[in-house]
Amino acid sequence: MIYDWLYSLTGSEMIAIGIQSLLPLYLFILPFALVAVLLERKVAAHMQDRLGPMRVGYHGLLQTIADILKLLQKEDTVAADIDKKFFDLSPLLVFAGSYAAFAAIPFSGAFMGSNIDLGIIYIVAVTGLVVAGILMGGWASNNKYSLLGAMRAAAQIISFEIPTLLIVVTVIMITGTMNLYTMSEWQTGYFWNWLILGGPDFGIAKILFIPLMLMAFLIIFLSTLAEVNRTPFDIPEAESEIVAGYHTEYSGMKFAMFFLAEYANMFAVSAIVSALFFGGYQSPFGYLGNLLEIGWLIPIEQFFWFTAKGVFFVLVQMWLRWTLPRFRVDQLMSFCWKYLIPISFVILLLVGLITVL
Amino acid sequence: MKNYILKFWQVFFTIMIGMKVTFRHLFIPAVTIQYPTVKPEMPERERNRLYVNMDDCIGCLQCERACPVNCIEIEIVKTIPGEDLGKTTNGKKKALWVTKFDIDMAKCCYCELCVFPCPTDCIYMTDVYEFSEFERDNFIYDFVTLTPDEKEEKKKNREEFMIKKEAEKAAAAKKKAEEEAAKKKGSETESENKTDDKPEENKE
Repeated sequence: MIYDWLYSLTGSEMIAIGIQSLLPLYLFILPFALVAVLLERKVAAHMQDRLGPMRVGYHGLLQTIADILKLLQKEDTVAADIDKKFFDLSPLLVFAGSYAAFAAIPFSGAFMGSNIDLGIIYIVAVTGLVVAGILMGGWASNNKYSLLGAMRAAAQIISFEIPTLLIVVTVIMITGTMNLYTMSEWQTGYFWNWLILGGPDFGIAKILFIPLMLMAFLIIFLSTLAEVNRTPFDIPEAESEIVAGYHTEYSGMKFAMFFLAEYANMFAVSAIVSALFFGGYQSPFGYLGNLLEIGWLIPIEQFFWFTAKGVFFVLVQMWLRWTLPRFRVDQLMSFCWKYLIPISFVILLLVGLITVL
Repeated sequence: MKNYILKFWQVFFTIMIGMKVTFRHLFIPAVTIQYPTVKPEMPERERNRLYVNMDDCIGCLQCERACPVNCIEIEIVKTIPGEDLGKTTNGKKKALWVTKFDIDMAKCCYCELCVFPCPTDCIYMTDVYEFSEFERDNFIYDFVTLTPDEKEEKKKNREEFMIKKEAEKAAAAKKKAEEEAAKKKGSETESENKTDDKPEENKE
């Protein structure tokens, strides 16, 4: 583990923990956000037969850097009669919530923020902070659109947490652990050992699990998509209805914090989905390191597969974004309460029966 | 219950159809034209900025008269004998100095009516359509090839020539009058001397 190496290098627990907790931010989330913003714009453009950013750098590769420089220079506009304390606190809280989720996500066999046993439950709980931050920002902005967006976000995120948790409980029943690291290790080997294909235990249960797990994957993918407020579930920031939702009044770097949190969240939920159903950081075809007997290559390969799976699901999220129109509020609620929750209960019951038998 | 499952399946299936469409569009070439670097081809009978080829202009004022918004202003000076302006490319003789040929492109309505009357095809529409300016006065295009000094010189030449001509004419008229007076005195016969009847026409 990287922590042990850092501890032996610095000789101080505090410094080692500090460096380890900042590593994902600087080495992963910030570069990922840079790439993902550009990727989103390019994918969006090409899906609409356009070209997207083309001016800055080769095919617009440096566009995001130019945008960040612009955002840094922007004046931090503060509207009258806002609640300054909460207004300033909100973006921090939103980003802290989405960044805290990365603590329990295993990036590879050698790196994990914190190897806690409550893993997945901790992630679901700590992302609840995002709701608090969004509500705070919407309320403090003293703007009717912000408040509307924040209220919608709260209603949506809390509703969709139920199917997410039900599926998470289903997965916990099968794997017998809440720790994402153990869960990923459990799905080791080749891709037929992944939970989406019934897990590593061969037998009648594996065949019965496959359709159930496909449904479960679909439900958790949709509900986590709704939790991160992406299209088609982007009613909290619906541009054509309520300007920009809860971040209407934000500008400059505070807005950039919301933006960064959104992309961090996108990757976090993709990583959770891949850790639960697609073997996390496990390679689908075995490791080159094992073949060549080079020990240090395996964690790097694992990191590659983890990133690849995460980026793949982020791409699917973008793909859905440009396919589906936005839900209406009542449609969103009926989709959650009438379809996702009953079906996930049925899956929970069936999986319970199968595991008991 | 059956309806419920059917509806769920339909939702899933139609989303898949939609995703297929967007995925196909991901690989369709973009229709974007990268404008300042790549320019779209203009139609054959495009009407853009006017241009006057002053080598061919004979100063006939046909374009000025045709213009419906009076955006063309031309001043001409007649030549004096001995000055040869040469010929246009389609063989017309050039007989006038053009000392002013201004087209105000801010006024121009791009009707192309000035182009058709031109006997030497020297005024025509080009394919230049990017000529925005910060000052309105910059839209007044001056096509004259003569320098200001040359213009002054041509005007002065003509004036001097005219004064000379007037003087000659006056002298001739005086002479004639004297002759006539002498004739009247001498005899009653009427004989007109028609040597200097057309003094103002050009004699190149």
